[in-house]
Amino acid sequence: MWVKKNMTIYQTYILAFIVENKPGVLYKISNMFRRRSFNIESLTVGPTENEDFARMTITVKGNENMMEQLTKQTNKLMEVIKVTVLNKKNTVMREIALIKIFTVDSKTRSDIIQYVDIFRGHIIDVSPESLIVEMTGESNKIDAFIELSRPFGIKELARTGVTALKRGIGENKK
Amino acid sequence: MVKMTGAEAIVEMLKRQKVKHIFGIPGGATLDLYDVLYNSGLRIILARHEQGAAHMADGYARISGIPGVCTATSGPGGTNLVTGIATAYMDSSPVIALTGQVNSQAVNSSYLIGRDAFQEADIIGITMPITKQNFQVKKAKEIPSVFKEAFYIASTGRLGPVVIDLPKNTQKESAEMDFSSPVKIRGYNPIYIPDPVQIRRAVELLCNAERPIMLAGGGVIASNASHEAVKLAEAILMPITTTLMGKGVIPENHSLSLGLLGMHGTIVANKLLHETDVLLNVGARFSDRTTGTLDDFCPDAKIIHIDIDAAEIGKNFKVDLSIVADAKRTLIEICKQITQKMIRKERSVWFDRIQQFKERYKDLLIKEGGLKPPKLMVELRKLVPNNTIVATGVGQCQMWAALYFKAVEPRTFITSGGLGTMGFGLPAALGAKVARPDVPVINIDGDGSFRMTEQELATSVLEDIPVIVIILNNSMLGMVAQWQRLFYGRRYASSELKDSPDFVKLAEAYGVNGVRVGSVKEFVNAVKEGLNNDVTTVIDVPISPEEDVWPMVPAGAGLRDVIWSAEKKK
Repeated sequence: MWVKKNMTIYQTYILAFIVENKPGVLYKISNMFRRRSFNIESLTVGPTENEDFARMTITVKGNENMMEQLTKQTNKLMEVIKVTVLNKKNTVMREIALIKIFTVDSKTRSDIIQYVDIFRGHIIDVSPESLIVEMTGESNKIDAFIELSRPFGIKELARTGVTALKRGIGENKK
Repeated sequence: MVKMTGAEAIVEMLKRQKVKHIFGIPGGATLDLYDVLYNSGLRIILARHEQGAAHMADGYARISGIPGVCTATSGPGGTNLVTGIATAYMDSSPVIALTGQVNSQAVNSSYLIGRDAFQEADIIGITMPITKQNFQVKKAKEIPSVFKEAFYIASTGRLGPVVIDLPKNTQKESAEMDFSSPVKIRGYNPIYIPDPVQIRRAVELLCNAERPIMLAGGGVIASNASHEAVKLAEAILMPITTTLMGKGVIPENHSLSLGLLGMHGTIVANKLLHETDVLLNVGARFSDRTTGTLDDFCPDAKIIHIDIDAAEIGKNFKVDLSIVADAKRTLIEICKQITQKMIRKERSVWFDRIQQFKERYKDLLIKEGGLKPPKLMVELRKLVPNNTIVATGVGQCQMWAALYFKAVEPRTFITSGGLGTMGFGLPAALGAKVARPDVPVINIDGDGSFRMTEQELATSVLEDIPVIVIILNNSMLGMVAQWQRLFYGRRYASSELKDSPDFVKLAEAYGVNGVRVGSVKEFVNAVKEGLNNDVTTVIDVPISPEEDVWPMVPAGAGLRDVIWSAEKKK
């Protein structure tokens, strides 16, 4: 990729792919990312309303030039039906995190419950030594909650990565 | 619907796609296919290494413009094809590679795909980054549609290789075959027709240019647009320089031809490119070997890029105007809209400057005396008819052929441009000869390159495909040695090939003619004899191991910094 020196300002982009829902497509797309040296930050994939297609949401760090190349190169893959670089301003983005936090005493337990409440999360599992919190929202909200729970001791953590859709308003009608 | 076996359906599909020749080597996983091919009427050409088979199919495709087909068995057969497939991919050549695969269904439970069966390799996974598309047939009844799609993909848009992996059981089993289903690939819609607004802008830029240059790449040849390119060049007095892949777009003895551009481009092209104010790139991809350092590439020019592959626009170089379309249609449109009065008068000044430059550097590097490769190439050009096809090895031999053997027709010069695959020459020449048995085919090779696929001499004998092999023999990996000589203090690490066999005896061992020449006159006679022979002729041309390829743009330098002797090296 040719970029003029000092022009590489990296930021996070969210790409939405509509792809054919068949084996090997994920490999093919991720293989293309690897080959062209694009680094995937997160990736979610699942079927769409039409079971012939799957939707992939990929977040990558890069600049505008890289996104242009990335979109063009992925568009070239025959299994890729459509690629969109989502504009954060008119996109709804969600991520789910499951966080298992140590609860050494009832004080920490009640503190955590309070934080979960403020962040509008749920407690979905409780054991004598730990509890599991389900947190849904934009990635930065999840980041914030994780930072907050760190002092209690995080036993395990699972994040889904971002999934996203463009907002309905302002969409071109076909 | 017709009931037949998978292998029968494959051959039926090949016939329907007008395939007449198949290059390959059989093996356990393609026994069923070969059994049907045996009396199919198709010509099966037995290569001696799968890499050779792939290059033959590639050479065939480049000369004929239609897909070349090669086959290999599963496992090592398939992996041996890989270099050939990658070569075709880098140079956008329509090759269809059929690979055998182990059983995909339980014929016997220990022979399932994915269980590391004997001669199993994941050729789909391996070839994914070096093919335009690949397919694994899961059931015999998919064969007609898979083959239709494969040929469609390989031969439309930006051409490229396609692999079809055929598990043994899908060749064996019978199914009701539907040959009538149309091709539909939702995610693949190549754009051929140029956008009229972009055409108008291109016309405007070209007409207002004082010093335009066209850079023609392999895309022009692939789109059969050479005639249109020359027509446009003549209409607006715009010289044409070509990439290695574009060689032959314009007759290189034409007054508007600047010759090759790039690391081993001509002095004229490399120097004049710096002066251009509008560069029209048609079907070239600004490869690093063509552009030199990008910071110094046409700094004052507006750049127009025509390419059928949208992903090429802006990949290596930012351009001012891009047209994603077929080269031929685009050039026709541009020609249509240009009228004489739109062109600036100063153009004749540019034309005169080009002629002066060409005159100044003409024959500068073609030295008399001894066996000097540039001189030999010039002599060769005089000897052979215009439609003679040249295939090359890779390295110094390739650059001498590209620089000094003037191509005068498109599709007469084939070489591994992108991947730089040593060993491409001989098998590609054989493939070319199969495509055009009526014209002489010459492989200009080096001793290092030739030895990588020399076993295909056996193919040339068995299959009766006579070509001429010219070995520019410096007993060196010449290009490596040249760099070691110029930039690594003459430390010839592993580049000396002193143990090379006697190529005359080697040729005789294969049952072809072998000649060693000691002078230009003997060279001329050997070629003449080779042209009249109905078996392959190998001409061993001992040249000095100290011979360098000039001109040269050192790595990291701009094109205008082209040098043409070691003394000029800073």
